[in-house]
Amino acid sequence: MSTAPTTQIQLPLEPEAGRRKLSTAKAITEAITQQMHIDEKVFVMGEDVGPYGGIFSSTTGLLDEFGPERVIDTPISETAFIGLGIGAAVEGMRPVVELMFVDFFGVCMDQIYNHMAKIHYESGGNVRVPMVLMSAAGGGYSDGAQHSQCLWGTFAHLPGMKVVVPSNPYDAKGLMTAAIRSDDPVIYLFHKGIMGLGWMKKNPRSIGAVPTDAYEVPIGKARVAREGTDVSIVTLSLSVHHSLDVAEKLASEGIDVEVIDLRSVVPLDREAIVASVGKTGRLVVVDEDYQSFGLSGEVIATVAEALPGGLKHVSRVAVPDVPIPYASGLEYAVLPTPARIEAAVRKAVAG
Amino acid sequence: MTVQSVLSATDKLDLLRMMVLIRTFEEAILREYHADKSPGFDIGAGLVPGEMHLAAGQEPVAAGIGAHLSLGDAMTATHRPHHLAIAHGVDMRKMAAEIFGRETGLGRGRGGHMHLFDPKVHFSCSGIVAEGLPPALGQAFAFQRAGTDRVAVAVAGEGAANQGAFHEALNLAALWKLPVIFVIEDNDWGISVPRSASTSVPSNAVRAAAYGIPGTRVEDNAVEDIWAAVGEAVRRARAGEGPSLIEVHTLRLWGHFEGDAQGYRGDLEGVPGRDPIPTYQKHLTDAGILDGAAFTEMGAAASTKVEDAIAFAKSSPLPDPADALKYVFTEGAQS
Ligand SMILES: Cc1ncc(C[n+]2csc(CCOP(=O)(O)OP(=O)(O)O)c2C)c(N)n1
Ligand SMILES: [Mg+2]
Repeated sequence: MSTAPTTQIQLPLEPEAGRRKLSTAKAITEAITQQMHIDEKVFVMGEDVGPYGGIFSSTTGLLDEFGPERVIDTPISETAFIGLGIGAAVEGMRPVVELMFVDFFGVCMDQIYNHMAKIHYESGGNVRVPMVLMSAAGGGYSDGAQHSQCLWGTFAHLPGMKVVVPSNPYDAKGLMTAAIRSDDPVIYLFHKGIMGLGWMKKNPRSIGAVPTDAYEVPIGKARVAREGTDVSIVTLSLSVHHSLDVAEKLASEGIDVEVIDLRSVVPLDREAIVASVGKTGRLVVVDEDYQSFGLSGEVIATVAEALPGGLKHVSRVAVPDVPIPYASGLEYAVLPTPARIEAAVRKAVAG
Repeated sequence: MTVQSVLSATDKLDLLRMMVLIRTFEEAILREYHADKSPGFDIGAGLVPGEMHLAAGQEPVAAGIGAHLSLGDAMTATHRPHHLAIAHGVDMRKMAAEIFGRETGLGRGRGGHMHLFDPKVHFSCSGIVAEGLPPALGQAFAFQRAGTDRVAVAVAGEGAANQGAFHEALNLAALWKLPVIFVIEDNDWGISVPRSASTSVPSNAVRAAAYGIPGTRVEDNAVEDIWAAVGEAVRRARAGEGPSLIEVHTLRLWGHFEGDAQGYRGDLEGVPGRDPIPTYQKHLTDAGILDGAAFTEMGAAASTKVEDAIAFAKSSPLPDPADALKYVFTEGAQS
């Protein structure tokens, strides 16, 4: 599907400065809390979501507030409890289910892609699955090949699930609110590096201003995280921050970088991508997922279809199709680091 | 292979020696892990970054299994693998080097502490709960097809016994009479979830009945009872009588992983008194098999071996970042 380029770029959806600040983890929890107060059909379920509060603090405090009937620790039986979430959603409940690390989808994928994602279609629209499956993604702290993957492209490839990937506290709250209210199944992937955890290296922007009231960030709408004229970086999640850091650095040299934060992979905001690249003529896709057969290729295909011949530069900075290595030096050689992004941008504007 | 059913005094000392060696290793890793993560714990920092699951308290399981295995037997372990690796004879220097992410490590620094592979002793482990069990079936299958009496031991935590992979593996191993010994380490906890909140039966041993195989539960982390139960299961497997399931009630002395504050844990107060090493030390001392000097000597020998491994690891080269793409496939993998 090709999308006609538009000149209209969505204004950045930013909270006003000086407002209350929250970590991304707290912003997620606040969204869940508010929806649980509004709708008694919402409940939370997963491993270590109760007294522990979620391994990455996505459910901290929920047990105290709502009790064990609505904040439920499960056995390590992902097929069973994700399947249970599907059944409960089919009956009108609104489960928020946590899969501790997205890497663990392997043990429960059938429930996710053959059931959660397909029931609505197979039933001819007669059965809805209003469920949120949230999970931690990403590397950068030497957790090895089975605990460091992003995998959003894998879910996005399979029809029937919305896939949202926030990069900051404001979007995290708004996207979670929208996900819980959505009547479609939503995969909600938070990068550990943006949660604002005290025990992990984090980008300063993982703590930011968040409005107190409930609000939605629309699923499927990208955000212009930084306006620029020379080159478009299309990215998401933690890589948004690396890209913004690179953009700020290069601004002093007169290189004007635009950064598009996709926020959703499904639906993909193709209009926003095409509008930006239509303006700059140069595209660098930055993605912490595996490079081939995934999001970066999809973004480039979108632009190629919409702007044939109109491109001065296309490249991508992604994980080069290798399992994430353990040793830090190896891991940082394959991650989309600021250094790799900077090199790609320099090449883009030179060419 | 003859099967021994009684432990000699030497065997008992060997069990304790192995437990001491494992504890010494885990304490050294604990020390190294935390040495350079301050101020403020940063999981990705230091010479040993990443998650770290240590097995202090679970040494009896490893010692009791290891005593029955020879180099040709296989073992698959979990995200908490060091004790089992040591008792199975995994090269300690290479294992330490892997934990330090060095080129001399078991996986040349690509794997890390949850991904230790030592083909010399047919050892492997996995960070995905229960997913280390099925490959043990395949190793047992290969041993069986080759006409040998070699066996595979598949270890998992009590939390893992609620995964589909566990039940599928038990059924298939039973159906095909594979020489597999399933060992469940019940340390009462799956991270913060107590077994009472995760498991429908008080003992996983009863689940063996569903697959028509013997199931045994060993209480109190008792190393000699573990040794005896594993011995019988290994005998059966070597004799072609098929798989067995053993659950050991063991103890997670420390956090799930390093950095775990364990605020959820109400049983911590009683924990130090349940430490299996002083318990067994006292047992052997009371039996007149062990004296203070011999125990001190055990600790000193363990320290020497462990510190040698740590020193080897720390002095080994880091992998070259330019080689990050090497080893995805066999082509070009020879160094
Ligand atoms: C399929 C899968 N789900 C969840 C996890 C996260 N996780 C790692 S260890 C663990 C607890 C395991 O408990 P248990 O099997 O009892 O082993 P123990 O840690 O107590 O040794 C969990 C939930 C995982 N690694 N794999
Ligand atoms: Mg356990």
